[in-house]
This record gives sequence, C-alpha cells and structure tokens, in this order.
Amino acid sequence: MSGFNKVVDNYWEAMDGLQDNMTVIAGGFGLCGIPEGLITQIKEMGTSGLTVVSNNCGVDGFGLGILLEDRQIKKMVSSYVGENALFEQQLLNGELEVELTPQGTLAEKMRAGGAGIPAFFTATGYGTPVGEGKEVREFDGRPYIMEESITGDFAIVKAWKADKYGNCIYRHTAQNFNPMAATAGKITVVEVEEIVEPGELEASQIHTPGIYVDRVIKGQFEKRIERQVLAKN
Amino acid sequence: MALTRDQIAMRVAKEFKDGDYVNLGIGIPTLAANFVPEDISVMLQSENGLLGMGRYPYEDEIDADMINAGKETVTAITGASIFNSADSFAMIRGGHVDFTVLGAFEVDVEGNIASWMIPGKLIKGMGGAMDLVAGAKNIIVTMTHADKHGNSKLLQKCTLPLTGVNCITRIITDLAVMEVKDGAFYLTEHAPGVSIEEIKEKTAGKLIVPDNVTEMVL
Repeated sequence: MSGFNKVVDNYWEAMDGLQDNMTVIAGGFGLCGIPEGLITQIKEMGTSGLTVVSNNCGVDGFGLGILLEDRQIKKMVSSYVGENALFEQQLLNGELEVELTPQGTLAEKMRAGGAGIPAFFTATGYGTPVGEGKEVREFDGRPYIMEESITGDFAIVKAWKADKYGNCIYRHTAQNFNPMAATAGKITVVEVEEIVEPGELEASQIHTPGIYVDRVIKGQFEKRIERQVLAKN
Repeated sequence: MALTRDQIAMRVAKEFKDGDYVNLGIGIPTLAANFVPEDISVMLQSENGLLGMGRYPYEDEIDADMINAGKETVTAITGASIFNSADSFAMIRGGHVDFTVLGAFEVDVEGNIASWMIPGKLIKGMGGAMDLVAGAKNIIVTMTHADKHGNSKLLQKCTLPLTGVNCITRIITDLAVMEVKDGAFYLTEHAPGVSIEEIKEKTAGKLIVPDNVTEMVL
C-alpha cells in the first residue's frame, strides 16, 4: 500500500513544483486553521506573481501577510481583508489586486471547483457591485447571478490529524475553509499537528478523504490568536 | 429619549422565539445575545462554522481553534455543532437560519441595504453579509435612525453600493420599530419619550404612520 503513503519529510518536498504566477488556494479563517509552515515555505521559495484564494490575508507579519513583505502576491481573492497595514498600502499603490468575494460564494466556488462543477447560480450579490457584469437568470421569479468556480495549482490546508494515506480530520473551528480548499487543488498539501497510522482515525469521522490529498507534512504551529476576548467575571 | 445600544439590543431580543437559530452581526446585533429572555432558548450561528456559539472563554478555556466570525476567542454551548464554511453558508443561503440581525449604513423603502462599502474609504470586504441578507428568512436591521451629522439613514433610495436588494423587512433603531413593505417604511413602535414628529423628521424615505403605533416595551 506504499503507493498511498502521502507523507513527505520536509517543506521543500511539500511545496515542490510551485512556480511563479500560479494560483494557490489556502484554508483558514483569520489566523485560525492556517497552514503556517507551508506559508513560511512559500516565503522561503520566493515564488512571486501568485494569485492567492483565501478568506483573509493574515495580519502584518503572520499568516499570508508574510507573503506581502516581498511582494509575492499579485492578486488576492478574499471576502475580508482588514487588519493588515501592508495589504492596504500595496492595494492603494496598485501593487496588489483584490477580488472581494462574498464569504459563502467563496466557499461554494472552492467546493464546486473541487467537485467538477464549473459555475453555479446564487442570489448572493445580485444587485450589488459583486453582481456587475455577471449573467443573471431567474428561477421561480427570483434573480440569481452566475458565479464561476475556482481551482488552484496548489491547495495548502491545515488539518489536526491525518493518517499516512492522507485521510484528514480538523479540530473545532479550525476546520472552516480547509475541507473545500483540499478538494480544489491540482496538488493538495496538508500540514498537520499529528500523523497517525491508517486505521487510527475512525473511518466514518474522516472530514477529508485521502483521495483529495497529495502530500502530508507534520508541522509546528504557533497558533496565534487574533482577538483574545475573555468572559467577564 | 433615543435608546442606548443596549436598549436597541434588548428590543431586538424580544423578536426571538424559543427554538430559533439566529445569526448576529458585529456591534449592536451581538449585544442582543445578552438579552435573550430566560424562558426561551435560541442557538447562535457563527458563519465561520459554529452552530451553538457560547460565551467568551475564561482564561483556562482559551483555545486558538475556537473562534467566532469576528475572529474572537469563543466557546460552544452543550449541543453545539461545528462544520466547514460551505456547510455553514448552505444553512444561510438555503434559508435554514431563522433570523439574521445586522447593522447598516443605509436602508431604503424597497428593502435594499447598504452596509459594507463607502466609496473613497478603504474597502475591507463584505465578509458573509451579502450571503446573510440573500438567505435568511427574517432579517432585522439595527442602527441609529440618523448618522452623527443628523442625516437620515432611512432613505427613499440607498446612495451607497448595496449589500442586497429587496431583502429587509424589519428595522429597529434608537427611535422606532418599522416594517418595510409596499415601497414605504411602516412605523409600528416608537421608543419611550420619542415623538412621532421626531421620527418623521429623521426619516427621509416615505413613512407611513398607522393609527395603531404603540410605545416600545423593553
């Protein structure tokens, strides 16, 4: 069964094949559930002209934000890009392009992309700047806009545990966009907290079946918290 | 007297029924969770993938893998479920969420809402707002009736880029509760101590004042 062993030993192997001007789909919501080491590896490789599809773009100095430092990102496809001064600066300078996409539409674009569905109709964004220039169809008297799905040359994903065959489970709300991202990459790389033997994860509890996954690497995670808010006593 | 933010939230919480699934936006809507009547249960949906959002954590409960849609640390209630973003928005876009409460810059008599973008100012993005207004069964907008300069936010036609069209049916402000239908705002309640005259003055869009307007109960 060694043909199914997806485990790689180092980050260079994990991101091997990434080239300038590629599209990278990244899981994560804010700084929660992001593939920290794979992002650092992209910075290390110096790959540029990237289109990055991710709900957010990290913060200054952490997460996808570090790829802005050497201007590696040409375009971001995101639903929300606040909390990042360098991002704002590059956007205003015209060095960075951003395609703002409603959060649910973004999730569905990844899901559909991974499922071989090239486009779908949604009411979200109709009559707003998001709907401008897009095909409109009425179903049962309600107008919907056509949104095209997204696939990436690479998908970078953060999971909690994976077995050697690439079957993954996620922990708490660190799941977010990761399962959709995992389906939508030509090469899907998953960075995990723990790698286990096949059979150790309950088969019916697997979130991402290994068929979607090409490479698995064990990472080290800082898990920085963006907004720590505590209960009042 | 115009209502405080907490008082607006208190009035919002009176809309909820036992067993409702509710998504609360950032700001005044979030405060509504503090005023849910004790005899009913509602389950809060957080669009990053959590149904059954609980309170903020105590120090020893902090978990970087547990956040809400505002990226704040959070806990889950007993009976909560956690899922991916596509499932989360399937709940929203599929019309399974009973109530969405969100803020706005402007609302107009056609039920259009502008809440995410002011031209000339930095645009951060719409997050999940466009999906929420397109999908929820009942949407309540909470906001102050007028801006800091006294300009009405209740317009005949929105001037800012829209978040959604023909989707707002109910508005709760610091002055009044209104329904949006047939191309007008219908006043249903006024805040205690706020005159109908003041509401008329601060509502730029067409306002209908029926005979049975009542005083808001908090």
